Amino acid sequence: MPDLATNATPMLDIRHLRIEATSFPPGEAPRNVVLVDEVSVSVQKGKVLGLIGESGAGKSTIGLSSMSYGRGGVRLTGGEVLLNGRDIRQADGAALRVLRGKEVTYVAQSAAAAFNPAKRLMEQVIETTLHHRVMTRAEAEKRAIELFKKLGLPNPETIGNRYPHQVSGGQLQRVMTAMALCPKPDLVVFDEPTTALDVTTQIDVLAAIKDAIRDTGVAALYITHDLAVVAQIADNILVLRHGKAVEYGTTDQIINHPQQAYTQALVSVRSIDHNEKLATTPILQVASVTARYRGTNFDVLKDVTVDLSPGQTLAVVGESGSGKSTLARAITGLLPPRAGEIRFDGRVLSADLANRTKDDLRELQMIYQMADTAMNPRQTVASIIGRPLEFYFGLSGEAKRVRLQELMDQIEMGAGFADRYPAELSGGQKQRVCIARALAAKPKLIICDEVTSALDPLVADGILKLLLDLQAREGVAYLFITHDLATVRAIADRIAVMYKGQVVRYGQKSDVLSPPFDDYTDLLLSSVPEMKLGWLEQVIKSRKMESAGN
Amino acid sequence: MVHPVVKLVAQRIALGLLLLIAASVLIFVGTMVLPGDVAQSILGQSATPETLANLREELGLNVPPVTRYLNWAWGVLHGDLGTALTNGKDIAEAMGKRLGNTLFLAFWAAVIAVPLAITLGLISVRYRNRWPDKLISIVTLATISVPEFLLGYISVYFLSVKFRLFPSLATVFDGMTLGERLFAISMPVLVLVLAVLGHMMRMTRAAILNVLESAYIETAELKGLSPFAIIAKHALPNAIAPVVNVVMLNLAYLVVGVVVVEVVFVYPGMGQYLVDHVAKRDVPVVQACGLVFAAIYIGLNILADVISILANPRLRHPK
Repeated sequence: MPDLATNATPMLDIRHLRIEATSFPPGEAPRNVVLVDEVSVSVQKGKVLGLIGESGAGKSTIGLSSMSYGRGGVRLTGGEVLLNGRDIRQADGAALRVLRGKEVTYVAQSAAAAFNPAKRLMEQVIETTLHHRVMTRAEAEKRAIELFKKLGLPNPETIGNRYPHQVSGGQLQRVMTAMALCPKPDLVVFDEPTTALDVTTQIDVLAAIKDAIRDTGVAALYITHDLAVVAQIADNILVLRHGKAVEYGTTDQIINHPQQAYTQALVSVRSIDHNEKLATTPILQVASVTARYRGTNFDVLKDVTVDLSPGQTLAVVGESGSGKSTLARAITGLLPPRAGEIRFDGRVLSADLANRTKDDLRELQMIYQMADTAMNPRQTVASIIGRPLEFYFGLSGEAKRVRLQELMDQIEMGAGFADRYPAELSGGQKQRVCIARALAAKPKLIICDEVTSALDPLVADGILKLLLDLQAREGVAYLFITHDLATVRAIADRIAVMYKGQVVRYGQKSDVLSPPFDDYTDLLLSSVPEMKLGWLEQVIKSRKMESAGN
Repeated sequence: MVHPVVKLVAQRIALGLLLLIAASVLIFVGTMVLPGDVAQSILGQSATPETLANLREELGLNVPPVTRYLNWAWGVLHGDLGTALTNGKDIAEAMGKRLGNTLFLAFWAAVIAVPLAITLGLISVRYRNRWPDKLISIVTLATISVPEFLLGYISVYFLSVKFRLFPSLATVFDGMTLGERLFAISMPVLVLVLAVLGHMMRMTRAAILNVLESAYIETAELKGLSPFAIIAKHALPNAIAPVVNVVMLNLAYLVVGVVVVEVVFVYPGMGQYLVDHVAKRDVPVVQACGLVFAAIYIGLNILADVISILANPRLRHPK
């Protein structure tokens, strides 16, 4: 491990940290789990340390340890956490309350959930500053407004009077950054601050955070699973896996000269190579579909026309609010369109779900982003996948068991999983079960709504490979909704780019992804973080338009 | 454009009025289907077919029920609740003072019970699953479980008879000072407080515990706020809607459910009045009492709805 220490005393010095928790597996005795073991890391004043790893690597747990805080039953059981030279692991509640929100502050992944919905933003932004008596109310409000300006928020003078729900996600994330910086802390912990944002919004927030860190001279821990993002902002990077340090070095070392195999896998680009297929007689034709939600007075979909050929993938790309998921609702009949029609396999589908035949329903299946909430937590894998077999094909007994095994083999999960409950599966396994449930109906089209967005990159890759594999074998078509352009590159045959309810660019993958671009596609493509130093500054300088989320 | 909250609140009030009309119909029909009619019960043993027919004519009982209902409703809208059959007095006048007494009792019970319940709820959350929480739970559960009349007699036995602290009869009359009145009703207030405390305290506790699961509570913890500040400043404002609903239900209960307590302490309120006239089968009085109780119940629940709507920042401050 390289020695990164300089002569100065580090602001935060974590030595041989060990973190444990008690887990309560269903039906078994509670057991002790080691979340983080033997991790040592330090942050100098004014520097940014990136913590990177997959979910479960212990990134957030280490980040929160700098405030001596453990979520749920998480305990810091060994080592030292030295903040400004004091070991805070041993500090009691009262001592910690003095330090939290004053010396160390925190920016959460989902600002939308982390703000109290019942209080005005300003009240929350200056709360710690007043609580710890850092400044008077007038001074704190003045500083908050300055920070709002610095972070590029619109109407900095008045935005503090708003409630969280009145502000967009990207703006909230910046307000939360202002909240963290307001009491002039020594250290800020950024916990995946841009993960929940669209790429186009992420770039603005990232630039704002970077400027704010530089201008205030604060030290920061930046936690993320996205190496390309951390490369833009961190001075040093610690790569974590399963709670242990894999590699620790300067950003340049990690990005350009990774030593460990795991780091190299993270740094290397996606391994999926997919040759696009040419369009044939379409199985799904969406013709001039316009739709709006009940009780609203504007169209969420405006004159959308797209085709999808059998056994191929149409990727629908766009930022949140562009109408991607609404298109899926229109196709599935959950939201009957106001105009236009949907043809499927040569016949016109009834606009309303209630009037569709059982075959219409069977041939058109869905997979969702949140596999967790898409499954009944009280049913076993066997009954989740078995349900469509009974419902559509009337299978039971041995025939059902054989087909079930076949499906389990297709999703590359062994027989041992049939009796498990969703809670006993990992994120990737849950999504595989959802895929099997969709496949069980022998559909001709599966709508995949952001199916890999909640997964770690390496796990997501596995799911995409599985989907492509199944497509080759079963000839099923995918309508693939995503905001992630890397995913699109990996699996699409055709692409539709959506912006504010309209398809702004549509065609074969190779055409859509080749210049000349329209302004929006250009923005979308250029906003995908690239794994090189200095990319952020470069792209901010050359942008032509702002994202709709701002 | 009209603010959406105004529209929502107007809707609730309109619904409440509709409900009140429905309740009035039910009360009217309900008292009509009772066996025997008023004429019969007034004349009792001395009824002959002739006198019955005469009295029915006199009381207007031969008019079709719809017309009678409309006449009654029309009268109520003009503040005329009719006259009591038993003593021929104007109901509105007789009820006015008693309703005032009942509201006086309910008001003081609420003034003590509501803040106490919410404070106990907050304390329970702060020390959840520790002894203060358990103690509060046990005591409030015990007081809800004991029937009110028993609670009344137990407190009479100890506080009035043994220790001679408070009067066992809650007699109030004109010319008493506020202090004297309060002293007179101290026992029924105590019993009522004990009767309603449990529900409100437990709902406050449950609603706040639910809110404490939210991500913004973690934010507050990481701001270094003390546990009590987190509960009171960040959790309570988000738990108002469920708490207000159960508080209003209990306030309504304080007004319409005090019959037993009023009887135990011989307090001259609505409950006593109602019970007396039910026994005498004085239908107009029963109808009038029923209508007033229904109006109070519906009114308080609408108030709870309106407060819940106003407490929701998404409705109060639309995008």
